Parts: sequence; structure tokens; C-alpha cells
Amino acid sequence: MSGSSTYEPKSGFTRWLDKRLPIIRLTHDSFVAFPTPRNINYWWTFGAMLSLCLGVQIVTGIVLAMHYQPNIHDAFASVQRIQRDVPFGWLIQNLHAVGASMFFLAVYVHMFRGIYYGSYKAPREVLWILGCLIYVLMVATAFLGYTLPWGQMSFWGATVITNILGAIPFVGESIQVWIRGGGAIDQPTLNRFFSLHYLLPFVIAGVVVLHVWALHEAGQNNPTGVEPKTKDDTVPFTPYATMKDLFATSLFLILFATFVFFMPQALGHSDNFIPANPVQTPSEIVPEWYLLPFYAILRAFDFNIGPIDSKTAGVFAMFASIGVLFILPWLDTSRVRSMRYRPAARWWFMIFVAVALALGWCGGQNPSTVLAQPGSFRATLNWIANGQTSQQRIQVASPAAFQAASDAAEAQLRAQGATMTSVVRESGTTALALGVSRGSPETRVITAATSDDLEAEITAAKAQIGGSSPFVAIKREAPFQFTVTRFAQLLTAYYFFFFIVLLPLLGLREKPNRVPDTIAKSVLGQTQGAS
Amino acid sequence: MAEATAGGAHETLETTRRDFIFIAAGAVGAVGTAATIWPFIDQMNPAADTRAMSTTEVNLSQIPVGQEIKAIWQGKPVFVRHRTPAEISQALRDDYAQLKDPQMDEDRTKQSNGSPGKAEWLILQANCTHLGCVPLPSFDPGYRGHYGGWFCPCHGSDYDTSGRIRQGPAPKNLYVAPYVYLNDTSIRIG
Repeated sequence: MSGSSTYEPKSGFTRWLDKRLPIIRLTHDSFVAFPTPRNINYWWTFGAMLSLCLGVQIVTGIVLAMHYQPNIHDAFASVQRIQRDVPFGWLIQNLHAVGASMFFLAVYVHMFRGIYYGSYKAPREVLWILGCLIYVLMVATAFLGYTLPWGQMSFWGATVITNILGAIPFVGESIQVWIRGGGAIDQPTLNRFFSLHYLLPFVIAGVVVLHVWALHEAGQNNPTGVEPKTKDDTVPFTPYATMKDLFATSLFLILFATFVFFMPQALGHSDNFIPANPVQTPSEIVPEWYLLPFYAILRAFDFNIGPIDSKTAGVFAMFASIGVLFILPWLDTSRVRSMRYRPAARWWFMIFVAVALALGWCGGQNPSTVLAQPGSFRATLNWIANGQTSQQRIQVASPAAFQAASDAAEAQLRAQGATMTSVVRESGTTALALGVSRGSPETRVITAATSDDLEAEITAAKAQIGGSSPFVAIKREAPFQFTVTRFAQLLTAYYFFFFIVLLPLLGLREKPNRVPDTIAKSVLGQTQGAS
Repeated sequence: MAEATAGGAHETLETTRRDFIFIAAGAVGAVGTAATIWPFIDQMNPAADTRAMSTTEVNLSQIPVGQEIKAIWQGKPVFVRHRTPAEISQALRDDYAQLKDPQMDEDRTKQSNGSPGKAEWLILQANCTHLGCVPLPSFDPGYRGHYGGWFCPCHGSDYDTSGRIRQGPAPKNLYVAPYVYLNDTSIRIG
């Protein structure tokens, strides 16, 4: 797409400059004459919004840094001072905080669009990878920035995330101390997080330049996924794309402004209005909304996988869920770029979007919340009514001899005619063995909806059975519970299934729709060429 | 063409003085670069003053039976719990219960120099071994555990009166903080 330049300097000065630094030529070729496919739709306008977001974050961030104090005693108060005392501080701080959310909203739409229309396929692999890199940098920057207000959620979010790094095998603990600059999140941590939070946006800006460069080398993809055949399939970037981007960005700014002016805290967490307290944990630690899907994947691993413990597995899965995006161009084997012509893939994609949203929901819930429970809790009580109780003390010299002595005591009670026996251990070397003889065996089954209800009913039943029977054998059965964690496990499985299994296989099996001749053959270009 | 052949023949000659200089200079350059980068990496490790704050002394005489305080050691909270006789005997009984991370109560009150501690004083790092939240003690209104020790409000890990994990996602018992008795009523953590 980087054809010969159409720029012609008009004045003496621009001709002079063009020979020395062709910066006007570069700008003209990149943002004015750049050929844009005629048929790109509004999903293509999010790139412009993202540039705007980066600009807003950098400008508001530089201003906030003039008033913010990266000191554990003053940080929280300095943010409140910006909100209350600094002229227009409330506006600038809200723009920065809401801007982070808007940035992620736009980037997620941008990424989903890229997946749907196959914008990662040749020759745009590097363009896509640079985009993934920008996303990772955005996540890092957002995490660092969220620590700065030094509220409870700032502090404990940073604690949990740096603890996660501790799960990396062998070097985890050293990395954790190195990042924190001490044993816990403290002054050194806040200070360096501030420094890095200031630095990373400029790194992002640098990668954005590469991203745009790669875009202009390969040219823009379009909803059909068929490359423009002739010059007539494209229009100049300015005014066509520029105006369209401006219109879409205006709508985006309405949403942005609604949050900034009417509900600036709606996307934040109320616990972050409590100053950080290292000795008290908020009742639940959750990241900001845009990281919830990854948090859900992290927490979905509540089981060990062979020698890998649950914590390490969760951390690995969380990093892999972003890492898999980097190799997406080679996972998708389909030669058809746009899912518009992939009848099966588009439905799997729709499910993928729903799964990603559902993962976000799971990340914000208490993981043990029960979503569905097909059965109920059951307990079977066995006891002997009106029996005779006998007891025997067990006293042994060492804990090692205990088991033998306990078995012997039970055997002796049974030999005396006891039908039920039990050993109540009191310490390492002492216990009380109980036995019941004669009487009639009784059974009762109790069911309840929750474990707590069941325990209450068992207690009531035991009180009712009363002193006539010294002990009751209880067998508890818990029903299968479909918790938020189970749900997140299913969703996580689909997330990886989509990338690692589905896209590679579907590309080989799927029969794509026929691309209409009007698109495949560039009718417009031919007719004009013929005339 | 002839020049290219000559160039190719030249490259097959044995090692020259120039090759040696290239490799030696490159190697010194690489070592120099690494040596220059290292201070910029190492500066992020804990500073001398941070490391100097590595011990904390606690006066035990101020803590009534059945209560605990959270001492701050290296920026992290540490539970100093004055256990009641009932809690101690429950902890001893639970030595034989089914434990996820089996450990005897007497090992959990041991001092860091190896000599036995006192059963009534339990000194534990106050971060849940799951993701680092601070669990609530049994006398806290928010306590929802079943084993009489601590309950983590974040993901429901339930610890007994010896700080051993009994239920929930935490993989390990609450870690024992390294401490020694300075005299009968004070300890030094770290």
C-alpha cells in the first residue's frame, strides 16, 4: 500500500523543507492520501478512539503528577486534595480514572473486531502482535496506576497480584521481593509504581507508532477480508475515514462524558475510598472491571494438576490466556479472512464473545456462590435407642501406640455385647471409648437445602434423641453444587478450546460461503478500466 | 566474479589476528554491558534501611488471655495470640484430626532458635497462604469459620486454633513467624 507519494509541495518554504525533512510528505501520505478501503464499517473507527484515549491519559496524567504525592502517608490525601481543592482537579482526575475504563472498552471492541474479520492473518501478523503487545502494556500500566490512590483496593490488589508472581517456580519469591522492594507492599513499592506508571504510556506510544507503521505497510483490512483490487476500491483517508472516525469518536465521547460528569465513580470500587490498611483486608478483593475475565481464569483453578499446584496452574492459565493471542495468526488455519464468509466460525465466535463477558461476570462474584444445586444435603443418623452404655478409658505411653490400644478397647467393648462403639480422642495419649449394647437400632434421614441448615437440623435431632443414646453415627452426603468457580472452569475451558482446538481444526474442515463476484472481482475497477 | 572467489577463499583461511580482536572486543563489550545493566536492576531490591527494619519487639504483658494483636514486622502483619486453655487443648486434640498440611501444635509454637515456645502464645504471619489476605480471629464479628482459629473473608479459608488450614482454598497452614523470647513477657520477631 505504500505506493509512490502524491504529495506536491506548494510553497517555496515547503519545497525547501521537503528536501531537508520530508515530514509534511510523511504526514500527507500517512493521514491524507493513505488509501482506505471504501467498505470499512463503524467497527473500524475504534483505532481513532484509542489514539484519543492514549492522548487523554497522557495529558491528564502529566497534570495529575503535578499534584500527586507518591508517599504512603500522603498519597490517599493528595488524590482527595486533587478532587476537592485543586482548580478543575475533579475534572482531570475523573477524566483520568474514567479514561482508563474507556480505553479498555475501546480496545476490547477493537480486538474482537480484529478476530471477527481475520485482521491478524497474512500479511498483518506483525501488526496484530504489536497490538497484543500494546494491550499487555496497557494492562501493566492500569495495574500500576490503580495502586497509586493508595486505597484499600489499591493496596490489596497490589498485594494479591504480587503474591501471584510468587507462584512462579524457583524464582517467584525473588521476583516478588524485587518488584516490591521489600517484604510487603510499602513505600518503595508505591514510589517505583509511580515512576513506572509515568514511563509506560510513552512506551505504549512508541509501540503505537510501530503499530500504525505496520498498518500502513500492509494496508487496512475490510469487512469482506478481500484485499482492494484497484485504486477505485479505496478512498483517501482524509476526508473519508477522518470524518467517519470523528463522528464515531463524538458518540464515544458522549458516553465518556456521561461517566465523567454524572457517575465518575460508577466503574470504581467503594473500598478504594478507605485509606490503605496493611492489617485489614477488604471483604473481597476484585480488580477493575476490565481485568475481571482474567481474574476469573486465575481463580478457576482450585485443583492441583499432577505436580503443579492450583495456584501455579491458575497463574499459568492467566498468562496463557493473553499469550495465546500472540500466536493467533498461526492457530487459525482458515484461508478465508473474514468470518462473514465462515458460517460455522462466526457462531463459535459469538459464543466466544459471550464466554468472555461471562468470565468477566464470574470474576466479580464470590467464587463459592452456588448458582445451581440439583440435589439437597442429606445426613443419615444411626443410633441405638434405650441401650446400655459402657465406657472405657484409654491411656497409652506414646501416640504411636494409640491406634493399637484404641482398636483393642473397641474389640473389648464389642466382646462385651456392644453393637456400636466409638472412640473420642482427648489428646495424643488419652481417649474415651464408648460402647452401646442391647436396645433397638434406629435410623433417620435428614435433608436440607444448605449445609448450615443441615447442621442445625442434625443438632435438633440429636437433642431430640437425647440422653437415652450416648452417641449417634452421622453420615453426611453433600450434593453436587454448581458454583461460580465451576461455571468459570467451563468458560475457561471454552476460552482455550476456541483458540487452541477450534480455530486450527475448523479452518481445515469448514466450507466457507462463496464470496460474491461483485466483491471478488472488483466490478467497479473493471467497468472503469473498460470504459 | 574473480573478486568474489578471492573473498570466499579468504574466509576459509585460519583465524586471523583481526578475528581474535573482534571476538575479544565483543566479549568485553558484552560483559561491560551486563555489568552496567546490573546496578539498574539491583537497585529495585530491598534497600539497606528496609532490611534494617527486619526485627520487631512485642511486649506480651499487654495482651489479655483470649485476645490477639497484630504486630507489624517488615511491613507485614503478624498475629500474636494469647490462647485460652480451651483453645490450647483443642489445638492439641486437632493434632490428630485430618489435616491438609499436617503439623503438631508444639511445632507451631516453637521459637526460631529451635527451643520450645509456650503453648499459650502463638506467633503467626497474618497473611492467608492463598492470596495474602488477613484472616479474621474467632472473636471478630465477621468470623464465619468452624474451627475456632481464624477465617479468611476473601475466599473462605478456615484455620484452627493452631492456625492450621482446615477448609478452603489455602494450600498451607498460616506460616509461623520466626521469633525468640527475650524474657518471660517479651519476644523479638525476625
